[in-house]
Amino acid sequence: MYGNDFAPPEDGPGGGLLGEVEAAEAALREAAARARRGGPAPDEDFAAYFTDVIDADQKIEPRDWMPEAYRKTLIRQIAQHAHSEIIGMQPEGNWISRAPSLKRKAILLAKVQDEAGHGLYLYAAAETLGVSRDELVELLIDGRQKYSSIFNYPTLTWADVGAIGWLVDGAAIVNQVPLCRCSYGPYARAMIRVCKEESFHQRQGYEILHTMAHGTPDQKAMAQDAVDRWWYPSLAMFGPPDGDSTHSAQSMAWKIKRFSNDELRQRFVDMCVQQAEILGLTIPDPDLRWNEQRQAHDYTQPDYDELMQVIKGNGPCNRQRMEHRRRAHSDGAWVREAASAYAAKQRNKEKVAA
Amino acid sequence: MSELFDFTLGLGDDALIAAQRLGEWTSRAPEMEEDIALANIALDQLGAARLLLTYAGELEGAGRDEDALAYLRGDREFRNCLLVELPNGDFGVTMAKLFLLAGYQLPLYTALSGCADERLAAIGAKARKESAYHLDHASLWVKRLGDGTEESHRRMQDAVDQVWPYTHELFTADPAAPVDPATLRADFDAVVSAVLDEATLTRPADGWAPGGGRDGVHTEHLSYLLAEMQVLHRAHPGARW
Repeated sequence: MYGNDFAPPEDGPGGGLLGEVEAAEAALREAAARARRGGPAPDEDFAAYFTDVIDADQKIEPRDWMPEAYRKTLIRQIAQHAHSEIIGMQPEGNWISRAPSLKRKAILLAKVQDEAGHGLYLYAAAETLGVSRDELVELLIDGRQKYSSIFNYPTLTWADVGAIGWLVDGAAIVNQVPLCRCSYGPYARAMIRVCKEESFHQRQGYEILHTMAHGTPDQKAMAQDAVDRWWYPSLAMFGPPDGDSTHSAQSMAWKIKRFSNDELRQRFVDMCVQQAEILGLTIPDPDLRWNEQRQAHDYTQPDYDELMQVIKGNGPCNRQRMEHRRRAHSDGAWVREAASAYAAKQRNKEKVAA
Repeated sequence: MSELFDFTLGLGDDALIAAQRLGEWTSRAPEMEEDIALANIALDQLGAARLLLTYAGELEGAGRDEDALAYLRGDREFRNCLLVELPNGDFGVTMAKLFLLAGYQLPLYTALSGCADERLAAIGAKARKESAYHLDHASLWVKRLGDGTEESHRRMQDAVDQVWPYTHELFTADPAAPVDPATLRADFDAVVSAVLDEATLTRPADGWAPGGGRDGVHTEHLSYLLAEMQVLHRAHPGARW
């Protein structure tokens, strides 16, 4: 791809997490090589077999029997993830036309394009569970399925593109790396691919902020302002605190989820502190400090009331994002209809010719 | 040397402005696959623009790099053809623009790949493969829309009618250029006619032939496009990004 023509900064983030993705990929291959039992024994019930596969850290595949609730949970989660990729194109796409150099423009275009690609293969992973992409797109457009609330915040300056890369993609990776070991095979495999590309995006965002933080005073102020605005919403990406999380326990048992919201949030904070120092930017939390006893940073929780408001549709950009998506969908209806009509005509012609 | 500079700058500006317009589609395409395809084509055009503008800057020898040329010129200094700066319109208009642009760029880059100037030949060799894909992609849509539904046929014919006059400028004779655009017209006509026929569309009659882009006399649209593209870069003179 054009534009991705620079070496990543040596001290850039993503290295450790990328290692985890690679380890998950190796584990996936290993599990496949171990070969699962050939299917439930004649006198064994399906549920026992399902549990057995999960316990053995093997993968559930599309044709396997699975509890209806497992299927539903996965469809919801994978679809929300896919929707997030598609809606997530908007806040960053907002800066493609104004990117401050041609190199940055190319990198950003390629990144937003990657997101469309992630959306596509996540919808494909969801389709293996017996739901169609069209149905899922309808659910998004009708507001019956959600997408990540982070994309309901506006990108006000170019530095926001950097902050999204560093913080939002960083939080997404911390969330998603464990999903590379998810018990559902197609989702785990999709996540391995997504995480590899996301870690590249995170480095690009970090590099944008690094350049700005070491640039003119105006640029540095812009970078700090972006971090100030994106820090807490990024922490909120991990979801409500463990005590209030509705889906967690069952998902943990099914090995869809491997760590709690708070564990992942802590991991993210610990990861960012050192990176912020290298960037020369300040994390906007006066109470952020190393806790020797816990071997982790103490930090201020995000405003969960605000998160609930944004989830309910009252964030700064919820309406704008949905309106944009609906308009693209309805404006394109005549094109999709024409494509189907043309394909039908071509099939008829082939039939006549045959 | 200034002749070669003008020529290279014109092609670089075509590609840059085409990329800028295509980039506007991001997250707005009729299908997700098309979002990816349009971004891909925008990236190809942007990549070609960067190579051409960098080379133009070297030919000029005044120390201007790709960004100085892209961000610090006004609309009267841009040398792109008018076709690429026209607003995107609906998806039919965008495909008509891309189809006609690729129908011109493919024979152009192909001819350039065999020209005496090594740098331009290398750029042409790389870009022509991309143009072949752009032409293929746009041709498919012109056929789908032209021979799809009644509505799509009407929209596609309107789009071709609307954009067609701007193709004439592309083939204005320039015998001193590394590739004389006038020599590309026959190729263009053959490809375009075949696709329009298959798409059940009527090739518009030749008549009004707006031009002036290569001399820096543009439509009203370009200044707005540049205002948006250049706003951040110009707000921070000398900053690195």
